[in-house]
Amino acid sequence: MTEHNPWSRRDFIQRGTVFASMASTVPVFLQQTAAGAATPLGALTSSIPGMAQDRIFVVVQLGGGNDGLNTIVPHGMDEYYRKRPSISISKPGTTDGALASGVRGAEGLGFNPAFSGFKSLMDDGRAAVIQGVGYPNPNRSHFSSMDIWHSGNPNGRSEGWLGRYFDNTCNGTPDPQAAVAIGSTSPLALIGRQTRAVSFEKPELYRWTGEDIDNDMKQAYRGVTGDPNKADDTLAFLRRTAMDAQISSSKVRQAASLAPLASFPGGNLSDQLRMVAAMIRADLPTRVYYVTLGGFDTHANQAGQHARLLQQVGDSLKAFSDDLKAQGNDGRVLTMVFSEFGRRVAQNGSGGTDHGTAAPLYLIGPMVKPGFFGRHPSLTDLDSGDLKYTTDFRQVYASVLEDWLKTDSAAVLHNRFQKLNVIA
Amino acid sequence: MPRPLEPLDPKDFGYWEAHHLLQRAGFGGSPEQVLTLTEMGLDGAVDHLLRWRSVPDPVADPGFKTDIMRPPTDEERQAYRMARRADNEAALEQARMRRQAAQREDRQQMATARDWWLTRMIETSRPLQEKMTLFWHGHFATGYRPVEDSWHMLKQNELFRNNATGDFKNVLVKGIIRDPAMIKYLNNNQNRRQAPNENLARELMELFTLGEGNGYTEDDIKEGARALTGFTFRDDDFVFNSRNHDSGTKSIFGHRGNHGADDFVELIFTRPTSSTWICWKLYRFFVDDAAASTEQSMAVVNEMGRQMQRARYTVDPVLEALFKSKHFYHPTRRGTMVKSPIQLVVQACRTMDLPARNVRRLNDACATMGQSLFSPPSVKGWDAGTAWINTSTLFTRQNTLVYLLTGREPGSNPWDGGGTLDHDMSRLVSHLPDIPRRDRPKDAATYLARFLLGTMPDDYRLNTWADLARGRDLDAATVTRLVAIITAAPEYQLC
Repeated sequence: MTEHNPWSRRDFIQRGTVFASMASTVPVFLQQTAAGAATPLGALTSSIPGMAQDRIFVVVQLGGGNDGLNTIVPHGMDEYYRKRPSISISKPGTTDGALASGVRGAEGLGFNPAFSGFKSLMDDGRAAVIQGVGYPNPNRSHFSSMDIWHSGNPNGRSEGWLGRYFDNTCNGTPDPQAAVAIGSTSPLALIGRQTRAVSFEKPELYRWTGEDIDNDMKQAYRGVTGDPNKADDTLAFLRRTAMDAQISSSKVRQAASLAPLASFPGGNLSDQLRMVAAMIRADLPTRVYYVTLGGFDTHANQAGQHARLLQQVGDSLKAFSDDLKAQGNDGRVLTMVFSEFGRRVAQNGSGGTDHGTAAPLYLIGPMVKPGFFGRHPSLTDLDSGDLKYTTDFRQVYASVLEDWLKTDSAAVLHNRFQKLNVIA
Repeated sequence: MPRPLEPLDPKDFGYWEAHHLLQRAGFGGSPEQVLTLTEMGLDGAVDHLLRWRSVPDPVADPGFKTDIMRPPTDEERQAYRMARRADNEAALEQARMRRQAAQREDRQQMATARDWWLTRMIETSRPLQEKMTLFWHGHFATGYRPVEDSWHMLKQNELFRNNATGDFKNVLVKGIIRDPAMIKYLNNNQNRRQAPNENLARELMELFTLGEGNGYTEDDIKEGARALTGFTFRDDDFVFNSRNHDSGTKSIFGHRGNHGADDFVELIFTRPTSSTWICWKLYRFFVDDAAASTEQSMAVVNEMGRQMQRARYTVDPVLEALFKSKHFYHPTRRGTMVKSPIQLVVQACRTMDLPARNVRRLNDACATMGQSLFSPPSVKGWDAGTAWINTSTLFTRQNTLVYLLTGREPGSNPWDGGGTLDHDMSRLVSHLPDIPRRDRPKDAATYLARFLLGTMPDDYRLNTWADLARGRDLDAATVTRLVAIITAAPEYQLC
């Protein structure tokens, strides 16, 4: 470690008495480390106290409302073909027909042929589909429904569910790299009272370029943030974020630049998952990664557009999974794929589908029990044209929290939800 | 408790009040511009900003093409049909290539338009007009991707610019439901009697006029969608297609009748939140991006709403009252809003008189920071305030300033010692007679910090920054170093 950082533990200890008042300017997680001065510096990067050892959770968000019925195709239900005369995926065995699978619970269901990457994960015993996932009184606004999913709260107004998880399990002192989101904004799901995610689009610019002017500038930059405790809400937030940025900069850049071990197909989601795989391989202390792909709001002429999206999602997930397997880390990583809602059962007059309700959700990893879980919603018993959900998404959250992240789900979700028996 | 929009005493309008006004109602300005505004006094300054029509507008439009994405002519359509029937692969391929070439050209024109608008904001003499154009773009958010017609996006931009502080109800809302870009964006061209599409009806109430859940039901959306059927466009113009219009009886907010689209708008504007929702958005745009609905903020917003109703939904008088109010200038509301990426870039150029460098680069940087003009993330527009900020966007913000100051592109090779500085930053301090040039670096650091941050940083940082100038002439290189570090401070993200 040649990098000199005034907020580093070594400096903090050396200057501890002189700068007693500056204790408050040090990010909270470093203060703790300083208190246990004998802890080797490396301890900072291996694990996070209070969190399940070495377990990683990856969230893939499909923004816009993915059409679940054309992703996992209920070809055994005649109503599907009646309600979607021109945009349905034809039965298995026909041209461009759905792909049948022998996995448990797949009778009458097939995969969109473009979703073949995901199907191969299913066939390989590395993935599960939870059917009919939604919530009561569905909200058909993209933004409100996304907020509901992110917060785990029916009115959509609170911190993010994963932010609360970090707040609860880390005694309010999360590592600034505990959560990493790829993208230009940080998703609500990762925002807690104390928790914020590191997020970026391009790792090589994840640093201040003014330090290239000369070494004096580099030094001056170390102290540029000011004291977060001597500021009002917004400025305090800016100062904390600036500190988090400085601390995580070099680690993240090195990690994300590792070459992949599998062949990624290209595209936005693929690039993001490739970086996540690299960061997992570099053993960052990150426990939650968040990636997103938009464009699923298929109101018109959806067939080609939807197929292109599914192809990228399926193939990227497959490559991601293969990379993790090659690393020997696949057993540490659970991936969840969700969208804010599905789409209406009947197609609209524009060769597309309008905002709907329940839809399948996907879990990937060797710890997942392969197959289909939950009940497929009826296509005839509808709620004003929309599916009635059969599994509450918070049941999935509870399963992830309890069975994977090994934490009390009720403390995070403010309620007890019945778990699904999907994580071994 | 003071009256919600109690006017500021004109005597209390000084340099820093003018500085605040110019940042919020515009994009900030050089010390000389702030001084000019100060000398106009409160009424004069606000009038100057609001009466933008009387200020000459020197930024010319580069002459955009109107028909890159024109629909095919009847002959072309027929030729295409014949080629399909005859399975004439070569002809079909040619048509496909033509279409792709047009799309490519159109994307280029959209990028040019993006640069043109950013340049306009940097150079305009009518800052409030441009700021409000940006406001409306975020309010009636429409993205180029699904619209795929740069001319339609520009026409919409012109609607916002021409009516920047004008009539919300009769011009902007009734204009937006006739706007080809919006009609395409929210699929109203596919909203037909036989197959209604609810997208525009929903967002019209949820996002544009009433606010989510404020006094309408899912049924009102369905019925409103029927009222909007047949509102579509042909080539570049709005058309009402009566064959696709549902002329049956609809019940909207309990009012039964053969409502058309304008009736639907009129009915919306009888709802209680039709004046307060837009004022809430204006309040969060101009006064407090983190505003919660507290008693105090709601009192101001409700008073703005009353003024809006009295003015029959014209925006001017509401902004006038706001920009002249004590509430607006209260110390707790200064330097408290997070600059949007556009605000960051435009304000940096305007306050320091920086060259805009490569405007395309600046737009790319804004996109990385989360704000791409003509491409808001969704119909909801941009989430402002702290949502702009995370560790990554913070680096991009700091690095964009380094680029503006030095012309060095992020990611290029290590610095060559600062010898390439092409912009004389020393002008920022050279006009100050009482800044000693060499022996008191802390004075220079203090002045620049106050000017750029609006507040005074702590002594620890001031001393560190002064060290960067110690023993050096206050020349271009030294001032650039000082400004680079000051603009990396968290306070620089606020306005």
